Amino acid sequence: MATSDSPNIKKLQVRRYPPEENPKKTYLTEERGLWAWMTTVDHKKIGWLYLSSIAFFFFVAGVLALLLRTELLTPSQSFITADTYNQLFTLHGAIMVFFFLVPSVPAALGNFILPLQLGCKDVAFPRVNLLSFYIYVAGAIIVLTAIFTGGVDTGWTFYTPYSSSAAGGNIMMMTFGVFVLGFSSILTGLNFIVTIHRMRSPGLTWNKLPLFLWGLYATSVIQILATPVLAITLLLLTMERLLGIGIFDPAIGGDPVLYQHFFWFYSHPAVYIMIVPGFGIISEIITTFSRKHIFGYWAIALSSLAIAFIGFLVWGHHMFVAGQSSLANMVFSFLTFLVGIPTGIKIFNWVATMYKGSIDLKTPMLYAMSFLFLFMIGGFTGIMLGALSVDIHLHDTYYVVAHFHYVMMGGMVFAFLGGLHYWWPKMTGKMYNEFWAKISLLILFIGFNLTFLPQFVMGSLGMPRRYFNYLEQFQGYHQLSTWGAYLLGVGFVIMAVYLFHSMRNGKQAKANPWGSRSLEWQASSPPPLHNFEHHTPVIIHGSYDYHKPMSEFQLGIPTSHNGHGEEETVTPEPGPAEEADK
Amino acid sequence: MNRLFDFMLPPEKSTTAGEVDALFHFITEVSLILLLGITAVMLYFAFKYRRKSEDETTPLITHNNTLEITWSVIPLILVLIVFSWGYQGYLAKTNPPDDAYEIRAVATSWLWQFHYQNGHVSTNELHVPANRPVRIIMSSDDVIHSFYVPDYRVKMDVLPNRYTQVWFEATEPGESVLYCAEYCGTAHSDMLADVIVHTQEDFELWLETGDAIDEDLSPAELGEQLVQRQGCMACHSTDGTVLQGPSFLGAFGRDRELTDGTTVTIDENYIRQSLLEPNTQVAAGFQPIMPSYAASLNDRQIDAIIEYLKTLEE
Ligand code: HEC
Ligand code: HEM
Ligand SMILES: [Cu+2]
Ligand SMILES: [Cu+2]
Repeated sequence: MATSDSPNIKKLQVRRYPPEENPKKTYLTEERGLWAWMTTVDHKKIGWLYLSSIAFFFFVAGVLALLLRTELLTPSQSFITADTYNQLFTLHGAIMVFFFLVPSVPAALGNFILPLQLGCKDVAFPRVNLLSFYIYVAGAIIVLTAIFTGGVDTGWTFYTPYSSSAAGGNIMMMTFGVFVLGFSSILTGLNFIVTIHRMRSPGLTWNKLPLFLWGLYATSVIQILATPVLAITLLLLTMERLLGIGIFDPAIGGDPVLYQHFFWFYSHPAVYIMIVPGFGIISEIITTFSRKHIFGYWAIALSSLAIAFIGFLVWGHHMFVAGQSSLANMVFSFLTFLVGIPTGIKIFNWVATMYKGSIDLKTPMLYAMSFLFLFMIGGFTGIMLGALSVDIHLHDTYYVVAHFHYVMMGGMVFAFLGGLHYWWPKMTGKMYNEFWAKISLLILFIGFNLTFLPQFVMGSLGMPRRYFNYLEQFQGYHQLSTWGAYLLGVGFVIMAVYLFHSMRNGKQAKANPWGSRSLEWQASSPPPLHNFEHHTPVIIHGSYDYHKPMSEFQLGIPTSHNGHGEEETVTPEPGPAEEADK
Repeated sequence: MNRLFDFMLPPEKSTTAGEVDALFHFITEVSLILLLGITAVMLYFAFKYRRKSEDETTPLITHNNTLEITWSVIPLILVLIVFSWGYQGYLAKTNPPDDAYEIRAVATSWLWQFHYQNGHVSTNELHVPANRPVRIIMSSDDVIHSFYVPDYRVKMDVLPNRYTQVWFEATEPGESVLYCAEYCGTAHSDMLADVIVHTQEDFELWLETGDAIDEDLSPAELGEQLVQRQGCMACHSTDGTVLQGPSFLGAFGRDRELTDGTTVTIDENYIRQSLLEPNTQVAAGFQPIMPSYAASLNDRQIDAIIEYLKTLEE
C-alpha cells in the first residue's frame, strides 16, 4: 500500500495470484445466524438485506398491479370499489418507485458489487451503510402502517390541493414514511461517493473505473442533491396540513402548482436515479458476453454525468398543461430533447461494442438485449411526449403510463434482472438453471409487451389514466393488457422458483464463470468476508481489456521491492483513452 | 390520408388536430425506422459474431470520434426538428383568435358546469357552434381537474385559484367526449361530459330556448332526464347504493338526520334547499361536497326533480 500512495513511484512489485476455487471460508460461512446478519456491517450482507426487502416490495406491488389489471377487465366495477382502486394504484406506484426502484440497483446490487469492483474490503462507512438500511426499514414500516390505518388515494405524486384537503386516508403518515426513506437514499449516495473517491485500489485510475461505478457515481450525486428537495416538499406539505400554513392549498392562500414544481424537481431526477445505474449494468454485461473492450468508454461514462446534470433542468415537462407560461414550456421542452442525445449515444456505443465481439447469448446478455429494445421504445415515446403540441394530447393518458413502464420496467427492471443473473454466481456461489432462466425471460418479454403496447394505442386514442370506469370502446385494449399482466406474473413465479432452487441445489460456480475481466470476478465465488484474500489487490489491467488473454488476468499483491523468484515488476497500464491516443 | 398509425388516433374534429397528428405520425414513423434498424443491427451482430470457441479473442476497438459525432449530430438534428415543430403547433393551440366565442367553465368534484354569455348554464354538456373558434375560460371550485377532449387534441388543467383557458374550433356538428384528465378522487373517472356541436343557427336557437325542448315532457320524466344530465348520478344512485351521497331510492318522505344532530323530513323544501344551498343542511355520515345548483336549475326544473324523486319508492 505504502508504495502506491506516493505519486512519484510508478513501479510496483507484485506477485500474481489466482482466486481460490470452491472456497471453504466465504462471507456466507462466517458470521452466521440471524443476529449476525441483522447487525452486519459487511457490504455484501447488507446488499442481501436490501435485495430481500426490495424483492418483497416488488412482490407486494406486483400483486397490487394484478388486482388493478383484473379490475380493469370490465369498463365498470368488476370486483373492487373506485376508492379501493384509487388506493391500490397509489400504493402500487408509491411502493414500486420509492421502495423498489430507487434502492434496487444502487442499494442492493451496488452495495454488493461496488467494493468488489474497487478492490476494497468494504464501503467507506460500513456502519452508516447499515444505518441507511434501517432507515429504509423504518420508512417502510411507517408507510405500511399508513396503509393499514386508512390508505392513501392521492396517487404516488401526492398532488395538492387534493392531497392537502380532500384526500382521505392517512396521507400525513404516508408522506412522513417517504420523507424518512429519503435519508436512506442520501446516506447510501454519500457512502458511495466517498468510497469511489477514496478507496480505489492502487492502479485503478479514474479512466479504468468500471462503467457500473460511473453509473453509481452519477446516481449518488443526484441522490444527494435531489432527495433533500423531496424532504423539503413533504415537510411543507406537513406544515400545511398540521399547522394550516397556506403553501400549496389555494383555500388558505397557497399555490397548488408550486407543489408540482417542487415535486417534479425531485421526481424527474429520481427517474434518473432509477435508470442510470441500470445503464452501468448494461455496460458490464455487454462487454463480458461480447468478450470485447467497451466502445466509447468516455462517451458512456460522461453521458451518464450529462444525463444526471441535464436531468435537473427538465422537471417542467410534467407540467406542460398545468398553466405554465409558454416561455417556460418552450425551455423545458428544449432541454428535454437534449437529455435524449446522451441517452442515444449510450445505445449506439453499446451496439458498437458488440461489433466483432465473441458473443455468448447467456441469460444476462439476453436481458441486456431486451433492455436495449424496450428502453429504445421508452425513449422514443419520451421524445413524443417532449413535443409540446403532441404532449397536450397525450399528457395524463395511458400513453404516459405505457411510456414510463417501458422506461422503468422494460428498462430498469430488465437491467436489474440482467444484473441479478450476471452477479448471481458471485453472490451465491451457485449457478442458476440457464434453461429455465431463458424460458422465464421469454415469458416476461412477451408478457411485458402484451401488457404495455396496447396502452400506447388506447392512450393516444384518448383513454385517460387513473380511470376506474372507462368507455366501452377501450375494453379490448384493457383486456389484452390484463392478459399480458398475468403472463408477467407467471414469468416472475418461474424466476422465483429457479433462483431459490439454485441457492440450495445449484451447480457450484467458478470464480469467474463468464470469463469477465472485471475485478469482482477475480475474487472467489462467493467472496471471502473481506473480499480479497491477500489484502488490497493491485489492479494490473483495465476491466475491459478483452483483447488480452484470460491467463493474464490475475490480481497482484504488492510485495517489498527487492523482488525475485515468482515476483515481477508491473507498470499499471494507462486506461483505454490514453492508450488509444498513442 | 391513410397513414400507418392512423389506428392510434381518434378522429380529427378540430382545426388544430391535423397539425398534432402530422407530428405524431412523423415521430412514430421515424422512431419505428430507427428502432427496427438498431434492433436489426444488434441481432445481426449477435448472430454474425456469436461465440464459436471458448478461447476466442477480440480486436481492441476503443472508440471512434467520427462515429460518436455522427450519432450525436444526426439525432440532434432530428430532435431539433421535432422541438420546433412541436412548439409551433403549441403556439397555435394556445393562442385563441380574437373573435372567439367565450364560454366560462367551472369544474367541481365531479362535474362540469358551463356558463354562456346570455346567462344560460349547462351541466356536463358543453354546447358549441361548429366552424367558429370557441374560447373556454376555466376555473375549479376545489381540486385540480383537467379539460380534455381527445377529438380536438386539447387539454388544459383547471385550477382552483386562477383562470386557465383552452380554445378550439370544431369542424362539424356532432358529439365528442370531454374527460377530466387530472386525478381528482373517487369519481374522477365519471367526470365526463358531452361536447355537443351545433350548426351556427342551431346553436343560437339552443341558447335562446335552452331546455325549452323539454316542454312536452311530464314533470317526472323531465326530472329523470335532469338527474341524468346534471351529473347527479356521479354521487347519487336510484337503486339504493350509497355513493358519495345518499341514494334517491325511497328517500322522499323519510326522516333524515343532519350533521348538527337535528332530524328533518325529506320533503319538497328540504330537497329544494339541498339543491340551492346544499351545505346548509348536511346529511349525517356524508361530506359537504354537493355543489350548488342555484345557477343551473330554474324553478320548473327543481319542481320536476322533486316530482321524479317522489316516484322512486322502495
Ligand atoms: C359531488 C357529488 C354530488 C352531486 C354531483 C350531487 N350531489 Fe346531492 N348530495 C351529495 C352529498 C354528499 C349529499 C349528502 C350531504 C348533504 O346533505 O349535503 C347530497 C344530498 C342530496 C340531497 C339530500 C338527500 C338526503 O337524503 O338527505 C338531495 C335531494 C340531493 N343531494 C339531490 C341532488 C341532485 C338532484 C343532484 C343533481 C342535480 C345532486 N344532488 C348532485 C353529493 C352530490
Ligand atoms: C417495475 C415495475 C413497475 C413500476 C416501477 C411501476 C410503476 C408505476 C407507477 C409509478 C404508476 C403510476 C401510479 C400513479 O399513477 O400514481 C403505475 C401505475 C400502474 N401500473 Fe405499474 N409499475 C410497474 C409494474 C407494473 C406491472 C407489472 C403492471 C401490470 C401487471 C403494472 C400496472 C399498472 C397499472 C394498472 C397502473 C395504474 C394506471 C393508472 O390507472 O393510471 N405496473 N405503475
Ligand atoms: Cu420527467
Ligand atoms: Cu378528475
